[in-house]
Amino acid sequence: MMKRDECFRVLKRHVTDEVVVATYSSAVEWLALGERTLNYFSVGAMGLDSSHALGLALGRPDKRIICLQGDGSLLMNLGCLVTIAAVAPKNLVHLVVQNSTYEANGGHPIPNTKTDFAGMARAAGYAQVHDFSELANFEQQAGHLLKQEGPVFATLHVAPSGPLTYDYPKLYDATRRAAIKAVMSS
Amino acid sequence: MDADLRTDGDDEIELRGSPIIAALKASGIEYVLSVPDIVTSRGLLRPIARDPAFKLIRVCKEDECIGIASGLSYCNKRALTLIQHTGFLDSINAIRGVAVEYAQPICMMIGLLQHDPRTTPRNSPRYGVRIVEPILDAMGIPHHLINEEPDIAKVRPAIDDAYANSHPVAFLVGRRPSMS
Repeated sequence: MMKRDECFRVLKRHVTDEVVVATYSSAVEWLALGERTLNYFSVGAMGLDSSHALGLALGRPDKRIICLQGDGSLLMNLGCLVTIAAVAPKNLVHLVVQNSTYEANGGHPIPNTKTDFAGMARAAGYAQVHDFSELANFEQQAGHLLKQEGPVFATLHVAPSGPLTYDYPKLYDATRRAAIKAVMSS
Repeated sequence: MDADLRTDGDDEIELRGSPIIAALKASGIEYVLSVPDIVTSRGLLRPIARDPAFKLIRVCKEDECIGIASGLSYCNKRALTLIQHTGFLDSINAIRGVAVEYAQPICMMIGLLQHDPRTTPRNSPRYGVRIVEPILDAMGIPHHLINEEPDIAKVRPAIDDAYANSHPVAFLVGRRPSMS
């Protein structure tokens, strides 16, 4: 099974001027690959990362927005699939990391570990839907996926990670938010 | 008579929807994010849905509005969250985290379902209405009651201030705006 950090390293090779929206464990492992101004670590409420990403995608249709969302997070905001599919932003790539656990809250399982998130996104009406379980396949497709006309959805099936250190004050630092806002509002 | 059983004909005071909509336009609101609310349905949401000056995003649950509005604000785009007070109560954690703790200009227009406009919200016999203003006070969110036509003058300065100083603001709609 893939690991989240392996998937993110693959993704990192293709990311240039895209905005990356992430929260909790995904934010920790994405940030470990390097600082960049265009990281938007969505704050305050689990599940809203995809909604923050939709707002950014609408506000800046000239930029690609990549949302790295955990499966537990998506479960808290499943309606976003319907909203995003209806609005249909062409510049939004929605990647859901499915490790089947609430990792940041003690590693407890999500209510149904066999949930088919890609199937849900397809039924909601996303323009492009993918499902990756093999790293080689994701490596082959990642560049193409990021350039597809959206909204694009992909599930990345990964194994639960080892213990992570959640430095929330660093992740959600006000200067970091101010820096990306300066870029996005210009 | 219960407020939810009152008809527009029972209300001796008319709160017109069009000046509220004009105030939103004057405030630079471009996006309206909404879950339907019976108080504002006819006088605000329906005309907004037909108005090409607005981009209406219909969401599934009210807390989505808070995230979307935050993302838009990073891009200098102004948004109004148009919801019912039950949806406000359901979204408290999102408002706490995104709007208050991270000081985002989240502008909310909240219909007070089942409110009797002849009373103040704090004195409403309806528990759900009675707790709205105390919750906003506890969260430090400025709020304004839109109950009669002169109240509409509060809208633009409050929205401008929210965006200028990056903080949330709430407008409580106390009676059903008419379609005129």
